[in-house]
Amino acid sequence: MAHSKHTTKWLISGPPLLYLLIFFAIPSLIMAFAAFRFPGDYGGLMPLVSTSDAGASTWLINQNNWREFLTLENFLRFVEDKVYVELFIKSFWYAGLTTLVCLVMAYPLAWLIARSARKTRDLLVLLVILPFWSNFLIRVYAWMIILGPQSYFSSTLNKVLAVFGIEPVSLLFSQFAVIVGLVYVHLPFMVLPLYANLEKHDMTLLDAAQDLGANAWQRFWKVTWPLSLPGVWAGVALVFIPALGMFAIPDLLGGTNSMMVGNLIKQQFLDSRDWPFGSVLSIMLTLTVLLLAAIASWAGSRHKKKGKK
Amino acid sequence: MALLEIRDVVKKFGDFTAVNHVSLSIEAGEFFTLLGPSGCGKTTLLRMLAGFEKPDHGQIILDGQDMAHVPPEKRPVHTVFQNYALFPHMTVAQNIAFPLKMEQRPEAEIKAMVQEALEDVRLQQFATRFPHELSGGQRQRVAIARALVSRPRLLLLDEPLSALDAKLREQMQIELITLQKEVGVTFVYVTHDQGEALALSHRIAVMNKGKVEQLDVPETIYSYPKNRFVADFIGQCNLLDATVTEIGAERMKIEIAGVGIAEAQKVEGIEIGTKGALSLRPEKIKLGVTLPADDADEVHFKGQVHDCLYLGDVTIYIIELENGTLVETMLPNSDPGKAKFFDDNDLVELAWRFDAGHFLPV
Ligand SMILES: Nc1ncnc2c1ncn2[C@@H]1O[C@H](COP(=O)(O)OP(=O)(O)OP(=O)(O)O)[C@@H](O)[C@H]1O
Ligand SMILES: [Mg+2]
Repeated sequence: MAHSKHTTKWLISGPPLLYLLIFFAIPSLIMAFAAFRFPGDYGGLMPLVSTSDAGASTWLINQNNWREFLTLENFLRFVEDKVYVELFIKSFWYAGLTTLVCLVMAYPLAWLIARSARKTRDLLVLLVILPFWSNFLIRVYAWMIILGPQSYFSSTLNKVLAVFGIEPVSLLFSQFAVIVGLVYVHLPFMVLPLYANLEKHDMTLLDAAQDLGANAWQRFWKVTWPLSLPGVWAGVALVFIPALGMFAIPDLLGGTNSMMVGNLIKQQFLDSRDWPFGSVLSIMLTLTVLLLAAIASWAGSRHKKKGKK
Repeated sequence: MALLEIRDVVKKFGDFTAVNHVSLSIEAGEFFTLLGPSGCGKTTLLRMLAGFEKPDHGQIILDGQDMAHVPPEKRPVHTVFQNYALFPHMTVAQNIAFPLKMEQRPEAEIKAMVQEALEDVRLQQFATRFPHELSGGQRQRVAIARALVSRPRLLLLDEPLSALDAKLREQMQIELITLQKEVGVTFVYVTHDQGEALALSHRIAVMNKGKVEQLDVPETIYSYPKNRFVADFIGQCNLLDATVTEIGAERMKIEIAGVGIAEAQKVEGIEIGTKGALSLRPEKIKLGVTLPADDADEVHFKGQVHDCLYLGDVTIYIIELENGTLVETMLPNSDPGKAKFFDDNDLVELAWRFDAGHFLPV
């Protein structure tokens, strides 16, 4: 009896675990290891194994010469040149701003959807996910046209600015365009978890709060907002983390100064072909995100304990 | 002047009238109950008092002030909701402190008042628990403490005990009465449980289809229901079809269809030939194998036991009169070991005092 239960558990969770092991855990380990190696002569990694024409392979690395194959130099390069840390900070700033704008825009929208009649609700949710039906790159290209100097949007904006005697602005290839693109792409990932949370709220709690003397502002900050925090955190994670690693949007919409860490990593792997340093950048990115998550959850649990006290 | 005046209030949803020309006045310190079957408009009336619904017609005047343009958060009226509506992200103490925080009272005062409220409902040791860590009865007490802590002029309770089991409900009823006496706040209590209404209230308004059918103290509501609806709704009641045949100074004679003539108390506004029903509570009817027939004030009939229902403390006997009408009677099982006095098909005699019943014209 207990045995069969055990078997079922493994049958169900086995395949996804195996999938994660093969396509996530092992590649991560390979990457972590690559961060300590030297780049190869023609890109990639310096080989540890040599393969003869006959197909026999021999290890080049051994106990005595491992220093020629493994190094901390890639990490030192990251720490020593402040360019990289600055790029990290800028990327976090972009991702953070994107998350904030998404939150501010998505919250009222999610609230509206959650409060509307059931029939309209389904339609509105459909509209939120509708953009996913067309290709991501095509949607970003569309923004290139919208923000481009010839578009109605840009020309109208500049005409309006001219009325106030302000110089015309160029929207495309700027930090502004990058933020617009990032917000546009990630907005649904903020709306959906918020909607899922707000939809479950018990409306009588708001009645109770009002009955006990809370005005609309207080009802929001004392009841709706704290109860929606799980949805907020889910949305923040779903927007912040992908936005942080994004490279296509800065590539297409950004100027020379709006590069993000994603672009740098892509550059290391595809253009400079310096895999070890690309790996270092990836690992540092992952570690920073994990650190932030740890701080957030620690702060969260501390807050809860304080509430209980 | 009464604390609360409800003047000719009407509330419609579309073309459905949920509250239909209701006028009431409630005195300060009163425990007032709105009693009625499901859908009769009790909650709607209560929500108008709290300010969540606007009357389509009429006025609500609290402390001499017209409430028409006062939003719920500005009314000195608090509600205990049927599902308690406790804030799940706040502890018991934080829940109770909520209305005080909204009034922006100083921290120290809030702390003292919360402590006192916790003591009032005997929940001192639960102050730091969250609502999901409490039992139903404890949640109920938190909801009451939260609504009472800032001493509103009026406390509205919408079927607050309906989610509790019978035993706990009885205990909470006693606590509610005690608490109301202690804090002196006026309670407007909504229930569809007539027993609860009779036990708790100073006065009861019996509602049906958006209207108040009868408003009186519990004893009067129970003993002298004004019409068939109230008689039927409150407790068990026999309604015997009858016609007025003779009217005297204080008494009158009625003919109970197919059974015979009976004497009854005179009712105003009737004449010979008026049709109606004699309402008679089961416990007011005497039952015996033979009953002495020497009391001129008593009405006598013969019948046969049709059914017995043993309820523990009492047994209900359903008696079939000569014409087939069924009358419910009740005898306490006060003799030791005695569960039943009669068996099915026993021949019995019934009697009641002329003023035990009450003639209701149709
Ligand atoms: N918002 C609304 N829209 C339409 N009809 C409503 C609305 N609220 C209540 N009603 C109707 O008004 C009538 C009275 O409702 P109300 O909730 O006041 O009944 P109640 O006496 O509290 O009943 P219960 O004992 O079941 O709670 C019902 O028939 C109900 O369907
Ligand atoms: Mg109701």
